[in-house]
Amino acid sequence: MRGSVARKAPSTKRTRTGKLSKIEEEHSLSVLKKFLFIVLLGVILVIASGIIITIGPMPITVPEVYSILLNKIIPGLFEIESSMNKAVWEIRFPRIAGDIIVGLGLGICGCVMQAVLKNPLASPFTLGISAGAQFGVSVAAIFGVVILGGPYFLVGNAFIFALLCSAVIIALSGLKGATSEMLILAGIAVNYLFQAMNQIFSFIANEDQQLLMSMWGMGGLSDLNWNSILFLGVITMICVPLLYMKAWDLNLMTVGDESAKSMGVDAGHTRIFIMVVSSFYVAVMVAFIGMIGFIGLVAPHMGRMILGSDHRFLIPAAGGLGAVILLVADAVSVNLLSPIVIPTSVTMSIIGVPFFLYLILRGRKKEYWT
Amino acid sequence: MIIKLAVNDLHFSYDSVEILKGLSLNVGNGKVVSVLGPNGSGKSTLIKCIDNILVPQEGKILIDRKDISKMGRMELARNIAYVPQSTIRTFPNSVFDVVLMGRRPYLGWREDPADQDAVWEVLRLLGMEDLAMNTFTELSGGQQQKVLIARALVQDTGLILLDEPTSNLDMWHQIDVMEVLRKLVKKLGMTAVIAIHDLNIASRYSDVIVMMKDGKIVAAGEPELVINSDNLERVYNIQATVRVSDGIPYIIPVARIPLKQGRGGRPGSR
Repeated sequence: MRGSVARKAPSTKRTRTGKLSKIEEEHSLSVLKKFLFIVLLGVILVIASGIIITIGPMPITVPEVYSILLNKIIPGLFEIESSMNKAVWEIRFPRIAGDIIVGLGLGICGCVMQAVLKNPLASPFTLGISAGAQFGVSVAAIFGVVILGGPYFLVGNAFIFALLCSAVIIALSGLKGATSEMLILAGIAVNYLFQAMNQIFSFIANEDQQLLMSMWGMGGLSDLNWNSILFLGVITMICVPLLYMKAWDLNLMTVGDESAKSMGVDAGHTRIFIMVVSSFYVAVMVAFIGMIGFIGLVAPHMGRMILGSDHRFLIPAAGGLGAVILLVADAVSVNLLSPIVIPTSVTMSIIGVPFFLYLILRGRKKEYWT
Repeated sequence: MIIKLAVNDLHFSYDSVEILKGLSLNVGNGKVVSVLGPNGSGKSTLIKCIDNILVPQEGKILIDRKDISKMGRMELARNIAYVPQSTIRTFPNSVFDVVLMGRRPYLGWREDPADQDAVWEVLRLLGMEDLAMNTFTELSGGQQQKVLIARALVQDTGLILLDEPTSNLDMWHQIDVMEVLRKLVKKLGMTAVIAIHDLNIASRYSDVIVMMKDGKIVAAGEPELVINSDNLERVYNIQATVRVSDGIPYIIPVARIPLKQGRGGRPGSR
């Protein structure tokens, strides 16, 4: 067929008639809609952040919030009261930035893991990475065995044990004949193992140790400061482009390794690459914010329901949706029963699960996954 | 005859079980070649070895006289397209997006308008343009098979491999898929190698039949030369009457010949 169909492609109906057929127009419109949806998510994030920052004991208006943030980009643009500047920039904004970065990261990691494992159940949580991190925290809390000292003693342990879990999954995925189902099952098994060990630890822990473990386990962003945000931001800037670069290959991976290979993608290498990058990224995030399990699973599914499975659009959409979900859930957690802060993962599940169930049931006539 | 595909002394084993036992084959340009044989004879394994999805332990495969083992994945994908027996459908994709996947070997970071045009042209060629925005999983089995053929066509290769493209289809869709395939191969000057079970469909639509048994080729040639009672007995252990109509041999199965003791059942399909 060389030179017959594809190579002659530019001289198709489009140029002959000078206009697109109806179905081609419909397709172009659907691509535009996907693009606009991602832009919309960005706009929602900016507006929601502006509104959420205003909530708190000190009265601040939305324009003042944006003025303070713009002042950080172009110093001296607006005159700002220093106490207000401090409240927004040093107290409220780090948490918002953390919500956005972590929500984005978990959404994207869940999305790429589901694609390479061809399984809608794959997520950082189901693969046991979060449970590994929790185990690391238990070790630090009870035995005082820590990787990093000072304020990062929990973070260091969580990271190392999350990475250890990831290494097991990645090593399995590199085995000859390893299937996606095998990896998911191994992840679930590892999850149970660590959960069991965590339960033993919480049994032998004293009250303070138990509090430390359970607070971390429920996930939270209250400990984030600018240093940790900066660190998470740098890791995000490295990992997200690396994952997004593989968007095309992920599209092909979802239809099976053999088909992917026949279309030029080395399925085995792609799977290991994606698992290494995403597991490392997740390990960093859960180390800082604890067990937040819902986003990595549902943000990609919401994205698929809205946009379909083209990863060029799905990756940013899953990230954007993850960021919006975490931002809103965290704002509710902090402000609903203020001054009591409800753990973020609890709020997210209570609000998110019914909404997600509604989406699944509404879309049951369409095959989003089989 | 211009040789499109040459397979020389191919050996392939799954662990210690030898599936292909020194198989050699030359396929001419512009031909529809059907590979026939009982379950476990190595048809699908041969197809997968030709596309380097399975890597043979010994032997050479040449396409246009180039050794495929020296080609990278992308280069190979620009020379050989493969249509699997079935596809994983875990996540939804539109028909357009499924077909666009075939342009991967030519794509940079984003697709060119020419890639989209290629997809539209192939969809029009197969009469499937109106289904472009449908979800792949909503289509019937026959339509899905044609979409997978479309995906292979936009790969713009000289050789297309198909692994049992008609196995799950009713008679109407079997004929539809094979007619479309034959028409396209002739129109576009491609070569097609098809692993297939249905002897009559293969006989009706192929230029060349290759009969395999136990990882070896038993007979190869034009359908009227290969499809005869003797070969059917040797390959399938069946008694069958062969009737020729318009120069095409058709098989009427009569009875199976009991397997000799100690041969056991045939292994599953490879």
